[in-house]
Amino acid sequence: MNHKYKPALFWFAVLTAFATFLLIGLGGLVTSHEAGMSVPDWPNSYGYNMFLFPVKDWIGGIFYEHTHRLLATVVGMFTTILAVWLFGKEARPFLRWGGLFIFAFGIYFYLKHAPEAPLCCGAGIIVFAASFFWPRCEQSPRWLQWLGITAFLLVIVQGVIGGLRVRLNMDYLGIPHGAIAQTFLILTAAIALFTSRWWHRTETEKPKTVPGGLRRHVLYVTILIFIQLVIGATMRHQHAGLSIWDFPLAHGQLWPATTPEAIANYNAHRPPGTVGHPVTAFEVNLQMIHRLVALLIFLGVTAAAFLARKKLGGADGLAKFAWFWFGLLLVQISLGAATIWSNKAADITTLHVMGGALALLTGALWWLMAARRTRQAEQL
Amino acid sequence: MKKSLLILSLGLFAVSQITNAADITGVITLKGTPPAEREITPIKDDLNCSAMYPGALPKTTFYVVDANGDLADVVVSLKGITGKSTGASAPPVELDQKGCLYTPQILAIQTGQKLIVKNSDPCVHNVHTKPADNPESNQVQMPGGADLTFTFDKPEPFLKFQCDVHPWMFAWVSVFDSPYFAVSGKDGKFTIKNVPPGKYTLEAAHRKLGTQTAEIEVKADGTVQNFTFDVK
Repeated sequence: MNHKYKPALFWFAVLTAFATFLLIGLGGLVTSHEAGMSVPDWPNSYGYNMFLFPVKDWIGGIFYEHTHRLLATVVGMFTTILAVWLFGKEARPFLRWGGLFIFAFGIYFYLKHAPEAPLCCGAGIIVFAASFFWPRCEQSPRWLQWLGITAFLLVIVQGVIGGLRVRLNMDYLGIPHGAIAQTFLILTAAIALFTSRWWHRTETEKPKTVPGGLRRHVLYVTILIFIQLVIGATMRHQHAGLSIWDFPLAHGQLWPATTPEAIANYNAHRPPGTVGHPVTAFEVNLQMIHRLVALLIFLGVTAAAFLARKKLGGADGLAKFAWFWFGLLLVQISLGAATIWSNKAADITTLHVMGGALALLTGALWWLMAARRTRQAEQL
Repeated sequence: MKKSLLILSLGLFAVSQITNAADITGVITLKGTPPAEREITPIKDDLNCSAMYPGALPKTTFYVVDANGDLADVVVSLKGITGKSTGASAPPVELDQKGCLYTPQILAIQTGQKLIVKNSDPCVHNVHTKPADNPESNQVQMPGGADLTFTFDKPEPFLKFQCDVHPWMFAWVSVFDSPYFAVSGKDGKFTIKNVPPGKYTLEAAHRKLGTQTAEIEVKADGTVQNFTFDVK
């Protein structure tokens, strides 16, 4: 079955991926400002339904945590719409019944005198009414529909993990929360790619193949970036402040000693303004591993850019994309250094988190596009 | 008859213990000049909190020391005394949130003793405990909202209270399994009351300056033990 390019669906998928990217940034700000526990309840906010929480109370750490939650619901809503949209006209009965179900919940809330009643009833009516004229398009391929469902389920899991992190006072849940966020970003961006004009065009035009060695190289570097982001999330969720506060050296050495005497010495000479509990050997080693993996990634991306130019030619889109990746890595490493030099300034650290997400996404999209090109070239 | 005599003897023994019990007193001093306290600048970014400081912003209070070197906020306790808590019947201790700061910042309670946390501010706070041995909790407190009550079952030094809405707000509560502790006042003085006679290890703990211990013997007329901390 030949599926047509649907510009509105594509741009909505782009919007969902972009909102996810912003959400990662806002989540980064929450951790950078140590504001993750500033709203102790969930899904409510200080006893209010989160949509009804007064703006005047969005103060201090609450601002970051509450806006993170609100944007998360927007991303959740976009993901739901995207998943439904991928089903095309097939989804209309589901929407109709879903709308009635939500409206029934609204009535239940009304009988309970709950403030959620108008929101729920309104949402139910909108969904019910929408089902009469949306979606109008044909269904997307079955595998793409499943990707939509996966994204929908993943966004629910992600929300629940975020909620549990608050409700159970479990800081370390921030690590899987961060890792799932990166995976979800790749998923939404991949859906955007699969619904793009370029993807459809490659069905009819014979593209140039990408050598298997280059594709594998990019895949391995991308996996390494993902591991690096998990290491970064682990460092951030220790809430320990900087364990090494100089760069490019580390405590004045190439690889810092981590004997008990050395650790005691680092703690005794901690510069004023650094915050957090006393530094541990584990934290020092973790930051050194983060630096080492950063170097490996930089070498890997540099090699990918040179290889892409050599194998595909400088004018090839994927070669240009690889050089963009290389430029992004330069910026990202600079942001990493600035994070240390600024003593983990919240804004710079958050930009470093966003840079990491973008580097991962670039690698993943490059690999998907290369795989698509090669497959189509071999089939046509 | 025998039973009455037994009760009478126990009563007399208890009274004799109380009568013999004595106070440990002392003064904590600081030698050297402590690091300068820093202005809590993030307050100016918060509309509610900054409105309470039309003039100068408050400063950190890590080293509360007067011109004579008398050091406040040192927690003095008898080391290794467990299972003697009278916290369940002791009067509650109050911790207030006022001017977007915890007041007092250093306090001590017994296991099982109630700690009442108030919000005297016109803005929301969350009261987030970060214990090492007791269960963690994080609770909402709206302006004018009901007081929150905390109790802790396990002894723990400097259990941290923090507000994540206002990340400069901290208080540290030391929890003891006995009533034999005190926090030094602004004049550096402390008194631990009604300590039964005997030999003890007295510990003085300051959050930034560390701990010191002294071997003491409490006699019927009480004991004086001073501590001097050095700025490193």
